[in-house]
Amino acid sequence: MTEFFNLELTLRLLGLDFVQTGLLAAAVLGLVSGVLGPLIIMRRMAFAVHGTAELAFTGAAAALLLGVSVEYGSLIGAVIAALLLALLGGESRERDSVIGAVLSFGLGVGVLLLWLHEGRAANKFGLLVGQVISVDSANLRVFAVSGAVVLGVLAVIYRPLLFASVDPVVAASRGVPVRFVTPMFALLLGIATALGVQTVGVLLVIAMLVTPAAAACRVTSSPLLATVLSIVFAEVAVLGGIVLSLAPGAPISAFVTTIAFTIYVLCRVIEYRRSLATRSTVATTAEAEPAPR
Amino acid sequence: MTGEPVVSIRDASLSFGARTLWSGLNLDVGRGEFLAVLGPNGAGKSTLFAVLLGRQRLSSGTAHVAVHGIGYIPQQGVVDFPRTLRGVDLVSLGLDGHRWGLGLRGAVERKRRVAEAIEAVGAGPFARRPLHRLSGGEQQRLRVAQALVGEPELLLCDEPLLSLDHNNQRAVSELIERRRREEGTAVLFVTHEINPVLSYVDKMLYLVDGRFSIGSPDEVMTSATLSTLYRSDVDVVRIGGQIHVTGAHSSVCEDDPHHPQVQA
Repeated sequence: MTEFFNLELTLRLLGLDFVQTGLLAAAVLGLVSGVLGPLIIMRRMAFAVHGTAELAFTGAAAALLLGVSVEYGSLIGAVIAALLLALLGGESRERDSVIGAVLSFGLGVGVLLLWLHEGRAANKFGLLVGQVISVDSANLRVFAVSGAVVLGVLAVIYRPLLFASVDPVVAASRGVPVRFVTPMFALLLGIATALGVQTVGVLLVIAMLVTPAAAACRVTSSPLLATVLSIVFAEVAVLGGIVLSLAPGAPISAFVTTIAFTIYVLCRVIEYRRSLATRSTVATTAEAEPAPR
Repeated sequence: MTGEPVVSIRDASLSFGARTLWSGLNLDVGRGEFLAVLGPNGAGKSTLFAVLLGRQRLSSGTAHVAVHGIGYIPQQGVVDFPRTLRGVDLVSLGLDGHRWGLGLRGAVERKRRVAEAIEAVGAGPFARRPLHRLSGGEQQRLRVAQALVGEPELLLCDEPLLSLDHNNQRAVSELIERRRREEGTAVLFVTHEINPVLSYVDKMLYLVDGRFSIGSPDEVMTSATLSTLYRSDVDVVRIGGQIHVTGAHSSVCEDDPHHPQVQA
């Protein structure tokens, strides 16, 4: 535990190539998560993100068993899961139960596949809690390309997607192809989730895709500012988490989630203080008015 | 009415199982026409809009909308607005939310038109506040701005006056009327209260329990017509340019709130 905040060791590790590669991959994840986050919250898809991440695990487990790359396995698993959840979970009222049914089955299959595969235990653990430092330069290229694809597609569909997320009926009346943008968003979400699974792990993808945006939504009502803040929060959480995890050599997840959660709590405190301020302004204004008789 | 009708409905019927909302409906709405749609809850007024928006199939017959730009003002309270959305954002979406790309070009022009639309409904003071915190009436005015900013050729208004006070009712109906007068937009206006829009209405569709009557307010809002529709004695009284309806049937009352369940 004395090694927990060893500055010298941390700096030495930061000079290493594979650490820098990991940080770059994490920065890509932070950017993509930060941009998608506010839309996820707006569409109430936090639980869908969790479900998608768990099914990315199933995909990865299948890849292990088949002897193909875990990265592609988790990507395919996440994309299929995201599309499936988008297709099945039509009515928002039933969406939670659909996700619950699908993800528990998927997770069960994943556990079976891992049991069938008698490979290295390290890989199993890595999938659940993340192993960003294992990202090599070839993976980094995949990360960068995936990130660019997500951001590029999002730039094209952003406005119709936002419209459809706020109010699908009015959007459709204005000619927004709601049935096209919804699965497109699911696809982007699947890709982002797969990136998250490889860095922070299945269990903590929400800490990247949901928590920073949830924090941002507490302190601003502007969609643009919420996106900017959500990117900043996500980057601080993931890069800060990795740097802090270097010296103790601990899994990054604990650090990433702690930072993300701290930011979330701070934002809620700011929101609360603001609401108090507004209330006292209203009270003062009311006092200034002549009292009704 | 000039040229091809904007909305044309032919021999249309709509049933859910054994229950028929309406059948044999024929209706044309032309450019610049103001059609008020009245009737008790559950008569199929909103469902008619769903048909025109392509969200609901007819059981038989055809419904044709001849324009592309539809402005739709949904019933208030149907949508739960997210935390990160302000009035300006809602109105911007109405202007170009259907366009691909980020729309960085033309941002100045967009800002100007959105500001104009917000000004027109008097929503300036609260347009930058979170939408989900606004009152029903404030949200409603922004909805009107959202629909009008897109310069629609057809306006579908589902109870746009609900939860507005008297002054705002007048302001909102005048805005919609001005759009119709100046740009020739066809207006379909579902309402429980005919009086705020009575002077604008060209034609009415009064739906009751599968029966309906179409005509001018003078033709439809009579004791004889409404008594036939409701199958009970209904008195229509005109006082000072307003129409008041009294009758045994509770749902005849125009001031009914919208959402109570169908009366026993």
